Amino acid sequence: MRESRWIRVTTLENIPAREGRAVQIGDLEIAIFNLGDRLLATSNRCPHKGGPLCDGIITGASVVCPLHAWKVSLTHGSVERPANERERCVETYPVRVENGVVVIAVPQTAVEERVA
Amino acid sequence: MKRLVVVGNGMAGMACVEQILKYAPSLDDARDAPSASRGAMFRITVFGDETHVNYNRIMLSSVLAGEKSADDIVINSLEWYRRNDIELRVGVRILDVDPVRKTVAGDDGSVTPYDTLLLATGSSAWMPPIKGLDKDGVFTFRTLDDTRALLKRAGPDTRAIVIGGGLLGLEAARGLQMHGCQVTVVHLMATLMERQLDPPGGKFLMAKMKELGIRVVLGKSTTAILGNGHVEGVEFSGGEALEGDLVVVAAGIRPNVELGRKAGVTVKRGIVVNDYMETSDPDIFAVGECVEHRGVCYGLVAPLFDQGKVLAATITGRRGPTYNGTVQAAKLKIVGVEMFSAGNIDDDGAEPVRYEDPSLGIYKKVALRDGKLAGVILVGDTSDSHRYMEWLRTDADLTDRRRHLLFPPPAADAGLDVAEMSDGATVCGCVGVTKGTIIHAIHERGVNTLSQLKEATRACTGCGSCTSLCQDLLRAVAPDFEDEKKKTICACVPFAEDRLRDILRSQKLKSVQDVLEIYGNGVGCEICKPALSYMLDMLWCGDHDEDRSARFINDRVHANIQKDGTFSVVPRIRGGVTSPDELRRIADVADKYHVPMVKITGSQRIDLLGIKKADLPKVWADLGMPSGQAYTKGVRMVKTCVGTDFCRFGTQDSTSAGVEMERRFEQLFTPHKVKMAAVGCPRNCAEATVKDIGLIGVEGGWQVVVGGAAGKSVRKADLLTTVETTDAALEASELFFQYYRENANYLERTYDFVERLGIEKVRKDTVYATDAVRAGLLDRLAKSKARSYDAWTEGQAPRNPTQFTPLKLMEKVLA
Repeated sequence: MRESRWIRVTTLENIPAREGRAVQIGDLEIAIFNLGDRLLATSNRCPHKGGPLCDGIITGASVVCPLHAWKVSLTHGSVERPANERERCVETYPVRVENGVVVIAVPQTAVEERVA
Repeated sequence: MKRLVVVGNGMAGMACVEQILKYAPSLDDARDAPSASRGAMFRITVFGDETHVNYNRIMLSSVLAGEKSADDIVINSLEWYRRNDIELRVGVRILDVDPVRKTVAGDDGSVTPYDTLLLATGSSAWMPPIKGLDKDGVFTFRTLDDTRALLKRAGPDTRAIVIGGGLLGLEAARGLQMHGCQVTVVHLMATLMERQLDPPGGKFLMAKMKELGIRVVLGKSTTAILGNGHVEGVEFSGGEALEGDLVVVAAGIRPNVELGRKAGVTVKRGIVVNDYMETSDPDIFAVGECVEHRGVCYGLVAPLFDQGKVLAATITGRRGPTYNGTVQAAKLKIVGVEMFSAGNIDDDGAEPVRYEDPSLGIYKKVALRDGKLAGVILVGDTSDSHRYMEWLRTDADLTDRRRHLLFPPPAADAGLDVAEMSDGATVCGCVGVTKGTIIHAIHERGVNTLSQLKEATRACTGCGSCTSLCQDLLRAVAPDFEDEKKKTICACVPFAEDRLRDILRSQKLKSVQDVLEIYGNGVGCEICKPALSYMLDMLWCGDHDEDRSARFINDRVHANIQKDGTFSVVPRIRGGVTSPDELRRIADVADKYHVPMVKITGSQRIDLLGIKKADLPKVWADLGMPSGQAYTKGVRMVKTCVGTDFCRFGTQDSTSAGVEMERRFEQLFTPHKVKMAAVGCPRNCAEATVKDIGLIGVEGGWQVVVGGAAGKSVRKADLLTTVETTDAALEASELFFQYYRENANYLERTYDFVERLGIEKVRKDTVYATDAVRAGLLDRLAKSKARSYDAWTEGQAPRNPTQFTPLKLMEKVLA
């Protein structure tokens, strides 16, 4: 397993239910989605043409990219539509809520040094 | 006159009686008949243990799903029984038959003599050996009463368990889910509908069911119903348990043969009949699901009609036609889940030909034997099912058609498919109606709609699977064909949009999530969510619970997303009339935010492209102009010419009229975008004839035209009305505008809408409608308008703190 670090992102109310929001962590651009009963996080860039997944409509545990309607699984990161692109995927990140604060685990390499 | 007693008031018994009446008219008809030879042969008495007139049992799943009412599925009304002088005894169960005295005894104490007895007792739900089936909350799904009992219990938060993953079980599951139940289907076998589908087909079907939000548990044998008096769950053979509040047992059916035994006729699995539909007693006949013919018991509708015809001939003394069995075919009646299976699907000795597309959820397989079709399976696309039924029925040699087994050869025109069918080809397999019969009805009886066709020929009154074929025939042959078929939005919410509008209105539903949970799969998708958002906004004139998560990003941040994730900003410039001051502010904004491109649009507006989401509120504030709604399914703009102000040809002040028109409609949402124009003379410089609504100035007045297009398709707008004043022109526009908002399907442009309805109907419902109807349209439009607001005001008062800005970390990190 790669080394990872939990980062405090924002308070939960900043991510409305069934919507996503983007966050920059080091050199990673991550989309965090609030599914109502849980949070899920992926890389924010659609594997197709780099569309912002955080701006997509959520359907079940997947998101539909706002640019060309590629459907990406938020749990596995895999492309679900179109079918012939199923081997492609986006990175996923563990994310959870602790005392009303959204925390996310990112690889240590993305946040080498901590200041302040 | 002989006395005919029919036991069983279901589809088989009554279909047979209908056939008998054709050969031997009833008393009344006989009295009126010109020839004495057409005398009544029977005095008919019908016993039914249900308390209803004969209804279409296969449509019970549609009643459970809320798509049809109990009245909708009645086949023979009380009036029909009366007219044919049939004595109907409902609510009476026949308990005994005395074949020597030739009487039947009912549970009401009655003893009724017969000369001829027809057993049409059908079948009942088979109850597997499960402990605790007597608990409150255990249901079967065979009758209208079963359906009503289920409807009483089904509701949001109810956890329903359906035992049985066959046709009936899956339809029951979907029906319950439509009422908000969380449904789990428990099936004994390793794949769904294993009698009709091979394992891959079963898997495709399972994926479809899961997409609808129905849980499926396979390979589980239920051993007990848990709970103290009332159902609390079920237990499987491994000891594992599943919690639930109600259980539907749909594990199969068993022919009702008890009366056959009591009558002393030969009974095996069913009441045994020969090819003439005779039992071993010359005065006793049987038809339908209770019979066994050549070792086969049928549980589907088509055989009932085939058997009924033969039996009617035999029973009226015209013994000759024989019943030779029916090709077994099954079709699932769940909107959005197409499944069809026919013939023998075993692979043994057969040559399979397959096609599958998991993404589209389409699976097709045909099994060939000796160059002929033995069986077929279709999941996800059943539009070709009639082709296969025809091949099975005619035992057609397919050697020459090998290249087109799974897809028909491309037709030169849309009507070719039906044109190529022979007149003798069967269209409706349930009732046995041929193409020739339908064409005859269309020509001779003036049939133009599907309902008229059903009335005239009874085609399409069984399982309904020939609907599209009947429609195609009507479309090709009927001079004044009217399409009644309604499209659903998507599989998540399986209702036609007009029906859905009625439901939302009557059930007072005001949020997308409520609609999805009660009438859909609880999840929704990128197609239905924006559609439902629009529908609720329109229905409640803006007074609904708007759910931003259900809307496309453009409607969340009020700008149009571009290929790089930035946005374009188009301020409102009513009628295309701007000022030096506005132009200066636009130029300043373009400089300040380093806008990569400033473009004049085709709609007489200015587009600022390449703006970051986080900059949108500042850009709007600096512009100091309202949103031009260039990003949404809503009112775009009114394009104008310079009209009488400057133009030497202008006959009307089109500029002022256009500006006023834009004021009246701006900020409102519509099924698809609405582009308008006002021109001062028929030279049409602002292209009003290819706009959704156009005002064309003529000498002494205006022409109001609607349904024009110059986009994906090009269509010249239809003339709605000609009026004298600008006020009247604007009012006519308002009537059409609101009518379109209320009646078009989501994403249906006015040009498709007007084309679909025809301009005559549009006129009749708007400008020529009664005062009350017109006042209603204008009133609802005014209400919506009063609640509308300039979306860009959210720049200063965001919906939530992060509507436009990305999240900021609570701790600092360094890469």
